[in-house]
Formats: sequence, structure tokens, C-alpha cells
Amino acid sequence: MTSVNLLILVCIGYVALLFGVAFMADRMAARGRSTWLRSPLIYTLSLSIYCTAWTFYGAVGYAARSGLEYITIYLGPTLVMIGWWWGLRKLVRIGRSQRVTSIADLISSRYGKSTFLAICVTLLAVISITPYIALQLQSITLSFETFFAADPGSGYSSGSSVFWVASGLAVFAILFGTRNLDANERHHGVVTAIALEAVVKLVALLAVGIFVVWGLSGGVSQTMARIDASEIGAWQVDAGRWTTITFLAAAAFVCLPRMFQVMVVENDDERHLRTAAWAFPTYLLLMSLFVVPIAAVGLEIMPDGSNPDLFVLTLPLSQGQDGLAMLAFLGGFSSATSMVIVAAMALSTMVSNHIVMPIWLSSRGGGASQSGDVRKVVLLSRRLSIGAIMALGYFYYRLSGGGAALASIGLIAFAGIAQILPALVGGLFWRGATRTGALAGLVTGFVLWLYTSLLPGMGSMMSGDFLALGPFGISWLRPQALFGITGLDPMVHSVMWSLILNATAFTVASLLSFPSPLERLQGAQFVNVFDHSVGPRGWTGSVAQSEDLMIMSQRILGANQAQAMFQSEAKRQGADGHLPEPTPAFLERLERELSGSVGAATAHAMVGQIVGGSSVSVEDLLAVADESAQMLEYSSQLEIKSTELSHTAGQLREANDKLMQISHQKDAFLDQVSHELRTPMTSIRAFSEILRDTDGLEPSEKVRYATIINNEALRLTRLLDDLLDLSVLESGQVSLDIRGGILAEVLDHAVSSALSGEDAPLQVHRVTDSENVALLSDLDRLAQVFINLISNAQKYCDARDPAVQIDVHQQAGFLVIDFIDNGSGIAADTQAMVFEKFARVSTDKAGGAGLGLAVCREIMHRLGGDVRYLEGQAGGAFRVTLPSRQPNRQPSHRAAAAQ
Amino acid sequence: MGRKVLLIEDEPNIIEAIRFLLTREAWEVETHSDGTDAVEVIRASQPDLVILDVMLPGKSGMDILRDLREVPELAKLPVLMLTARGQVRDREEAEKAGVSRFMTKPFSNKEVLMAVRDLHAQATQS
Repeated sequence: MTSVNLLILVCIGYVALLFGVAFMADRMAARGRSTWLRSPLIYTLSLSIYCTAWTFYGAVGYAARSGLEYITIYLGPTLVMIGWWWGLRKLVRIGRSQRVTSIADLISSRYGKSTFLAICVTLLAVISITPYIALQLQSITLSFETFFAADPGSGYSSGSSVFWVASGLAVFAILFGTRNLDANERHHGVVTAIALEAVVKLVALLAVGIFVVWGLSGGVSQTMARIDASEIGAWQVDAGRWTTITFLAAAAFVCLPRMFQVMVVENDDERHLRTAAWAFPTYLLLMSLFVVPIAAVGLEIMPDGSNPDLFVLTLPLSQGQDGLAMLAFLGGFSSATSMVIVAAMALSTMVSNHIVMPIWLSSRGGGASQSGDVRKVVLLSRRLSIGAIMALGYFYYRLSGGGAALASIGLIAFAGIAQILPALVGGLFWRGATRTGALAGLVTGFVLWLYTSLLPGMGSMMSGDFLALGPFGISWLRPQALFGITGLDPMVHSVMWSLILNATAFTVASLLSFPSPLERLQGAQFVNVFDHSVGPRGWTGSVAQSEDLMIMSQRILGANQAQAMFQSEAKRQGADGHLPEPTPAFLERLERELSGSVGAATAHAMVGQIVGGSSVSVEDLLAVADESAQMLEYSSQLEIKSTELSHTAGQLREANDKLMQISHQKDAFLDQVSHELRTPMTSIRAFSEILRDTDGLEPSEKVRYATIINNEALRLTRLLDDLLDLSVLESGQVSLDIRGGILAEVLDHAVSSALSGEDAPLQVHRVTDSENVALLSDLDRLAQVFINLISNAQKYCDARDPAVQIDVHQQAGFLVIDFIDNGSGIAADTQAMVFEKFARVSTDKAGGAGLGLAVCREIMHRLGGDVRYLEGQAGGAFRVTLPSRQPNRQPSHRAAAAQ
Repeated sequence: MGRKVLLIEDEPNIIEAIRFLLTREAWEVETHSDGTDAVEVIRASQPDLVILDVMLPGKSGMDILRDLREVPELAKLPVLMLTARGQVRDREEAEKAGVSRFMTKPFSNKEVLMAVRDLHAQATQS
């Protein structure tokens, strides 16, 4: 009897051997000595991961239970390899030209690089494959248990062994599948290890078969007799199930992520498919050769109730053939491990690329600045994904309880993954297929598959009524008899509905929707991949019209440059004239030159048009359109820039004009100041010289001239005061003295100040009742304004009995004080000017320089109010306004800011 | 030969000072204080000399001078210009317009009298 310890030792040794092989293969690939690694044989053997433990052990059990139906599992892939290898070749070519990393990537890429579609396919794959991985765990665990049962002293525990198997496989898959930092590289090591496992599988099964036929049964004829005697030969063939399962197996062969991984992603050379087209069916034939004999002999000689799924293992064990049993165990182990490793690799690539990485990148705000950083994250996310997928498989195994419930999982997984088929095949051959169609088909198929296959499969979780009567008693929604179709095999029923409705939804939605430009381009590239795929875009020696090329080049490059180029080329060729022969080398040079001006795609299309050797493809046109769009964008950017420039220039001009205007204003102001200062000084100087130099002046004359001097000196002082005042007010450096007070008192003070020392009688009319208003303001400044206005009335009012009326009232939150005299007022055309500096309007009367009103206006603005000329009154009229409700607000604010 | 001065000036105190000075030198002094009709007043008054302010209401002294020189019989009339602006460009402008003598305010009385005498002497010699 083989001890458990020995078994575990052998397993570890075997895994170590696989690692060694993988390591060596990677080393050789890195050194470029890998010709045999890239042989079609390795490729064919790697395809054998199609044969999992389910096939290795389960085929015998399948045959023991259902007769020859197991053949369908082999028949599907065989038909694909032989009858559809050209379709596979297209898949491989697309995979290489589009640098596809998984089946989800392929579907997404075909339908306009749709992220959402990729996520859907990824989820569908994960949900379908998880039970399948659980199945592998089960088979390894069962095979271990078979040995444990034969070695009672080992004290094994079923639960822990599953856990260790799952963990071991996860570590195995992580070490194998994510060794390379560069996730895009092919996994030569893994593929080689898988090829070795394929050999071990085949040898083990053949060895057991040979032992059974010639060792146990005593030859071929006796074996045939046993088969005839058993139930296997008598099984009825159900045409519906046969067709369906064959079709499912074929679909799964194309759509399974792990098959896609080895067949498309790991493919080195599409010619390998030619070899695989006959070699792989041969491999499958050999794998299936001894299934029936083993089943028949096992049923006959093994005790009743023994599990036919384990005949491959238990038959040699029961005969004491420990070595053979060990080999069979390794065969099963190989089947399970190779499937789990590649499936985990493929799924983790999908999960990582389409779910984890987009989330990570968007969480970083799209700032994938350091590529090294991203690589580490990619690797980490793949490793975590492998761990998560294995954990899912493990928990599924634990929850489903293992045992017989898992046996039917293989086909259910096939049916799930087959839902990708319509979108895949449609995408390869039908340009009208759209993203919306693919999505509609996938979702429809997925939902129906969940409802009709997966749900009834979870038997214990469903109530019997649900299956028998339908949800809520709606009979036509019964999961296994949709739309009232009964009497069908549940599996056939599920596959038929899900795939038919999937394909229908896909077709109808594709016809009804419009593809985006990117979808059109990708569709064209996928469907017509053989028309314009990789290969240098060189020109072959076709007869081109050199003259036409010359004309075109002149238009693009300019006459001189084009002629110079053509002449230099002609000279180089040794031609007589100035036109060179259109040799391929020249055409390529020309294309290069032109592409500098119009872009590579346009140059290629233009030369192609003239040379006539090649028609312009859709791809070329799309590239041209792309370039044009870029140029348009560039030119529109230029346009925006030039608009901005002219805008800026306009602003500069405006600013300059303003500066010039200010400069003129300053000059005018200085002229004015000079005039206003020099005029009184002239009088002072003239009369003081007269007083000094003139003898015999009358005393009255002396007094008169001295008075003039005095008045002009006062006038000068006032002017200087006003100038300083205005300068302080305008610069905003004035500090206001805000106090509380009564308007009437301020007016009293202003009137008495304005009238003191003046002879001319000015009547001031006031309504004292209305003046009893509380103020919070700079009362001195306010008085200054009032004094100015009253003085103006005194100076300029031309009435015979000059009088000024002061009216006070409230208006819209403002305190309004009007000063209206009985003179002729100010002419309408000069009213706007009176507040400008030195704008003395009346020339008839001498008096203050024209700064008074300008100062008043500045003061009132500082106090939060205003002063303006009041139109439509009998005489000259000025209106002062002050904010009355919150008088302190504006001034105090300004005062604070000023300090 | 008469000695008549026409003083075109809008500042009353300055008018009074100049009138005082010239009257003592036996000049007949006429005054006018608006720029608008100054050229007509000059033509009508036929003075021997004009003292002209620049900043006048209605029409500037510069414009009056230019218009004055357009009139043939007034082209050589001596004009003493007095200005309170007194920048270099004003002097240049005045000379271009054909001023006989240009002075800035405030002036010394002596200078004004000297200028009037000079201008009158030149006019009578030629």
C-alpha cells in the first residue's frame, strides 16, 4: 500500500519538476534558444488543458452512467479543429494584430473598446468558471481520499485536505502565472509545463487502459465481450442531447477563457493551427480510447456502490498496482492543476485589466505617471485576483457540499460560457454587429442561463414548488419549462432558450442600433483582418506617372522644393531629364517628404491614388480623417490664440489711450494750476511794486492797492487749500472724523461762515423744522460742502436780490438737502462740467478758482452720499444726498480703510 | 503820433495795475475782457499797441493773434503777450503765431514798461 506521506512527497516532487521545466523554458526563451519551445507540438499539447480532471476521471464515470454520450465532449472540439480551423486562424490573427490579452479584451476591443462590455464578459466568465474550479478541487480531493482510505493510519480530514489543495493550487498558479513582471509577455514556461502535464495525462490514461484491457480483461476480444455484456452498449442515444452537448463542447472550446489563453494569447505562430488541426483531435481520440473499456470492466469487477468517477484510480489500486495507481493519480493531478493554473491566469488577467485596474486608475484621478508603479500594481492585482478566484472556487465547493451535485457542473459551466459565442462569432464575421447588440445578447443569454441552468442546479436552495409550479405559480415561467415547453431534457431546454434568445437579441439590437466610428473601424479591422493586416506598407514597382506625382508634390511642398527633390532623385538614378523613375525607393522617400506636410496617412493615400497600385482602404481614409481632425483642432487652437492676441492688443491700445488721456488731463491740470496761481501773484506783484516805486500816492489809493494785495493773497491760500484737500481726498488717504450731530446746527455754522466778511447781501431761507435731523457723519467736512455751495450762490447768483432756499427732506433712504438760488442758473450744456476741476462757468465774476465743487463731490463720495446739479429749478440748484438710515455704515467703513 | 494801448485781459486787478502803470507814462489805455470779438475790437480801436492775455473767455489769445496776423493792416501791429501758463511750448507757439514780445506772469512792472517802450519805438522807426 502506498502511504499518504509517499503520495504527498511524489506530488511535491512532481510540482517541483514542473517548476524546473517552466524555469528552464523561460530561461531558454529569454536567451532566444527556444525553437522547439515554439514548435506546433508544444502548442497542440498545451491545448489539452481542455481535458480537465472532469474529463480524466469523469469521462469513465460519464460512460458508466450514460453510455457513449461522453464522446460528445471530445466530438465538439474535434469538429471545431477540423472543420473550423480557418475561423480559429482568424481569431488568432486578430488576437495578434490587436494585441488582445483575453476573451473579454477581444470582445471589448471589437465593439469599440467598450469597458462595460469587458466587465460583463469578465463577470460572466468568473461566475461560469467558479463551479468548474470547484469541480477540480473535488476531483483532487476525491483522489487523495481514495489513497487516504487505503491508508487508515494517516488520520486525514476531508475538510482540511480541500483547503490545502486549494491553497496549494493558488500558490502554484500565482508562482507560474505571474512570474513575469511584464504582463503582456507570453508565458513560455507555463505553456511548456502544461505540455508536460498533457503528456503525463495521456500516458497515465493509456497505461491504465492498457492494464485494464490486456492485464485484467485478457485482450481486446474479451474486453469487447464485457462491453457488450454491460449496460453501456445498450444505452439509447438521445439525438437532442447529443447535438446539444456536441455544440456546447465546441462553443466552450472556443469561448473558455483558458482555451482562449493558450490558443490565441500564447500562440507564437498561426501556422501551428494547421498541425493542431489534426494533432489535437488525435490526442482527444487517444484520451477517449480506453474510457469505455475501463468503465465496463470497472462496473463488472468493482463492488457495487463504488464511484465510477474514480475507476481510473480504484481499478489499479484494487489490483495492488500501486505504481500504476500513482501514475493515474498524477494524470488526474496534472489535469486539474493545468486547468486551474491557466483558468486562474486567464480570469485574473480579465479581472485585473477590466475591473481592478480601471477602479485603481480612476481612484488615482487618472494620474498613472510612473509606469514602474503601474506594473507593480498590475502584478499585485493579478495575484490578488488569482487568490480571490481560488477562494471563490473553494467556498463554492464548501457551500455546495461537494459530492454528486458537482458532477453536472461541467456542462452548466459550458452552457454559461457559451453565451459569449454569438457576440464573438458575430463580431468576427458580421460588420453590422454593434456594441448594443453584443450587450443585449450577453445579458439576455446570461440571465436565461442563470434562471434555467444555475438556479435549478442549486437544488437544495430551491423549494420544489418553484421548479414544479414556477415562480408565484406562473407555470410558463417554470425554470425548466419556459413558455410552456415541456418534455425537453432540462439541459437541452436551457441551452436552447438561452442561446436562441441570446442570438436573437444580439441580431435585433445590432440591426436597430448605430455603431460609433470607433466601432465601425474596429469592426472593419476584425472582419477584414486578412485584407489589410500586418505587413510593411511598401510600394512595389508599379508604373506611376512621375508627372502627376510632380504636380501633386508641387502643390504640397511648393514648386521649388518639389523640383529640387525630383531633380536630385533623377540625378541619383542617372536619368537624363528632371523626372526620376518612380522606383519603390523614390516613392517611399516622396511619401516621407509629403508626410511632413500633410501627415503620414494622407501622404500614403495620395501617393497610392496616383501610383494606382493600391486602392485606398477604409483604414487609410479613417486615418486621413483622423489627421484632418487633428489639423482642424490645431488650426482652431491657432485661431483661438490669434483671437486672444488681438483681444490683448486691443486692451493694450485701450490702456495706452487711457494713459495718453490721463497724461493730457495732467498737462491741462498743470496748466490750470499754473494759471490759477500766477494770476493772483501777478496782481500782488504789480501792486506791491506800484506801492514801492510810486511816489505821491493818495492814501486812499494806498489802502485800495493793499486791499487788493490782501484779497489776492487770500485767494492764493484758498486755492492751495483746495488743491491739497482735493489731492488728499482723491488719493483716499483722508481720515474722516465721524461724529453724531444735528443737521440744523451744521447748516447754522455753514451759513454764518459763508456770509461772514462779505458785503453782498444774500438771503438764506430755511425751514428749521425739517432740519431737526440726527446725523452721524464727518460734520466738519459736511459743513465745508455747505459753505462752498452757499458761497457759490453768493458769488454767482445774478439776481437783483440774491437769495438761496435750503430744503431738507427724506427720499428713499437718503437725506436730501437742496440749495436753490433765484439767479439764472447754469446753462444746460455746462451743468455736467461744473464739478470738474477749474471749470469756472461764469466768466463775468471773479472769484474762487474752479476747485470748490470738485472738492465737494469728493467729500460727499467719501461720506457715502453725493452732490449734483439739480435741473428744472428756477435758479442755480444743487442737491446734496446723504444715506440716512445707516449713516455710519459707508463712512466708517471708508474711514477704517483709509486709516 | 498817438500813444494808444488796447489791453485785452479778463482779470480786473491786472487790468487796473497795467492801466495805472501806462497812464502814468502818458498812454491812452482801452480795455476789453472777452476773446470772442477781440479782433473786431482791435480793428475798430486802431491802437498803437496791443497787450494780449492768453487765457481769455470765448477765444484764446493765441487764436486772436493768429487771426490778427491774417488781417493785412494789422499784420505788423505790435503785440505784447502776457500769459500765466508760461511753458516753453507756449512761447514757441506764440512766436510762430507772430507775437512781438512774450512775457510770463507775474511780471515786473519795469519789464512791462520797457517792453511797451521798445515795441513802440520799433514801430515808429519803421
